[in-house]
Amino acid sequence: MPRVTFPHMGESYRAFKMLLEDLGNEVILPPRPSKRTLDYGVQYAPEFACFPLKVLMGTYVETCQMGAEIIVTSGGVGPCRAGQYGQVHKKILHHIGYPVELIVFEPPLLHPVDFLRNIRRLNRARLSYRAVWECIKRGWRKLQALDRIEALTHVIRPREVQKGSTSKTYRRVLNYLDQATTIDQIAQAEAAALAELQALPQDKERPVLKVGLVGEIYVLLEPASNLEIEETLGHLGVEVDRSMYLTGWTRDNTISHTSITQQVHQAARPFIPLCIGGHGRETVGHTIVYAQHGYDGVIQLAPFTCIPEIVAKTVLTSVSARYNIPVLTFFLDEQTGKAGMTTRLEAFVDLMRRKKWPALSVASQPAAAM
Amino acid sequence: MQYKIGIPASLMYFTQYPAWHAFFTGLGMQVVTSGATTKKLLDQGVKEALADACLPVKVYIGHVLSLKDKVDYLFVPRIVCLNKRTIYCPKFLGMPDMVKYGLSCQLPVLDTWIDVRDRKTGLWPAYKSIGQFFKKPLRQIARAYWQARRAEKALTRLLTRGYFPPAALAHLTQGKPLPARPAAGNLTFAVLGYPYLVHDPFVSFDLLGKLNRLGVRVYTMENVPVKALQQQDSELDKTMFWTFSDLALKAAFYFFRQRRVDGIIHLTAFGCGPDSMVDKLMELTAHDYPQVPFMSLTIDEHSGEAGVMTRLEAFVDMVRRKKGA
Repeated sequence: MPRVTFPHMGESYRAFKMLLEDLGNEVILPPRPSKRTLDYGVQYAPEFACFPLKVLMGTYVETCQMGAEIIVTSGGVGPCRAGQYGQVHKKILHHIGYPVELIVFEPPLLHPVDFLRNIRRLNRARLSYRAVWECIKRGWRKLQALDRIEALTHVIRPREVQKGSTSKTYRRVLNYLDQATTIDQIAQAEAAALAELQALPQDKERPVLKVGLVGEIYVLLEPASNLEIEETLGHLGVEVDRSMYLTGWTRDNTISHTSITQQVHQAARPFIPLCIGGHGRETVGHTIVYAQHGYDGVIQLAPFTCIPEIVAKTVLTSVSARYNIPVLTFFLDEQTGKAGMTTRLEAFVDLMRRKKWPALSVASQPAAAM
Repeated sequence: MQYKIGIPASLMYFTQYPAWHAFFTGLGMQVVTSGATTKKLLDQGVKEALADACLPVKVYIGHVLSLKDKVDYLFVPRIVCLNKRTIYCPKFLGMPDMVKYGLSCQLPVLDTWIDVRDRKTGLWPAYKSIGQFFKKPLRQIARAYWQARRAEKALTRLLTRGYFPPAALAHLTQGKPLPARPAAGNLTFAVLGYPYLVHDPFVSFDLLGKLNRLGVRVYTMENVPVKALQQQDSELDKTMFWTFSDLALKAAFYFFRQRRVDGIIHLTAFGCGPDSMVDKLMELTAHDYPQVPFMSLTIDEHSGEAGVMTRLEAFVDMVRRKKGA
């Protein structure tokens, strides 16, 4: 059995593991990105490459050391760099002596033949197309469950009575999904996980700020790369709405744009009328939509030197002024420290609080109490 | 009415200026460029642009700002695709937006969308929309457009004959005589990189002139016919989707394979997104062609001329010693 691996992106590995195993592969689980991952990434990736490229590079080196023979990843049509990751990673990996095979999934509607060929290469169990489709459906269902559970933690965390209880429960209930294999089991596991999170003691009266999280997909989805910003914000008494989840993104890129995406593109049109690659246009569009929905602030997460996000950030200055919504940008890289980020977040939360409740003194707020 | 149209002398200027000049002159406009990059201009750009932007964008913003009080309109087109195959870097795509919404002052931006893959934004519709914006008769717009296309061809011809863009631009738009071709030195180098770096003497610390004085004859990627470049196999499963990067990478393969040059220098700017990948791919390619020495040179607004000169001299010395010349 070939040993297959893939990039680490939040909790999604649980779904990918199941899917690839169903297709008859042995899965080498990518470790959660750590200091070691980054060290490898910095050592082998181009110096000025963006942060996700470096993290992925490090992950690949780590998994290659664990014996991975095939790396499955996604492509892209540009003009963001991510579309070329596969090419560069492959060349570098071969150069440093790991003769791995890279299977790059491009958007299936643009390259249907390639898509089917890639599926064939991964389908070692020689399942029928119908059976493969069933596997994909179950994997998809698991991804949905993972996304829903995570989204719920963002609502509960700022209201939890006992600090840290949400994160603790979240990590525990995720394991329910690992055992679930059929669609029914996944649905049951999801319901159980959601119920357990809901049952946590919460303070419904607590004044909570609402913040939208926008930016580049990898740093949004991988908590190890954004230093668990959602958890930090939750503990500061902020309910986070992340603009992107893997299921939503995949749907937009495989089937057709959802109505939300169309709304976001429409909102961004006066500022950025075309796709500039990555999520530059979406960053601007989501910020406007959040402002229209009465959010208290927006945080942009972007990898250092990310081209589309730099364009978006330049434009966001005007957006922030016109829609009267505070925007905070983090350019993340291997040098970003958690303490520095927390300090900036605290200041930002403080600012939003004063804006929203001018009468309340800051000291009486739960953020300070915690 | 005769308006003054400002064209910032950076980025696409080096490949498009003769066409734009011909077009706007054909419409009866007066074309003003921002001229050579200067320290003051760069400082202005650095001050106004986002700190995380790449050096070329900062330079461009500096050019834009230096023109703002001298002209009626600033021509900042949104150039997406010119060859039906590859597109430009996201920063080119978002340039009008960055100029309109990212600077502290409001500027009269003349923005047109050029994407030849799309019928609505192809070359002629794009030019037509500008002409119509100024309420010019269709016949005049069409004539100006053909003059622009002719200027474009004339530029390509001069470049493939071995001239560099600055001399060719001056010849085509101001009628300046073409310079004598530099005498063949005992070394020949290829200097690869984007035209707005390589051919901007301020940004590149006059890299080409310095090499010349060190007795090195230089080719740049503009000197190679685009067809010859496009035939190069850049050993990737997927083409580079940025036009300039695709050309630079293919030019590297062209010169590595031809082996007619004694050395290759890749000039890259700090913060350039595509280059972070292109440079790595060139470096890995260089391992396969050990006969041709390769050096990559990164510049930014903090680079010092002495540092660049030292590295250049060392590289030239190394190549010379290797050749026994």
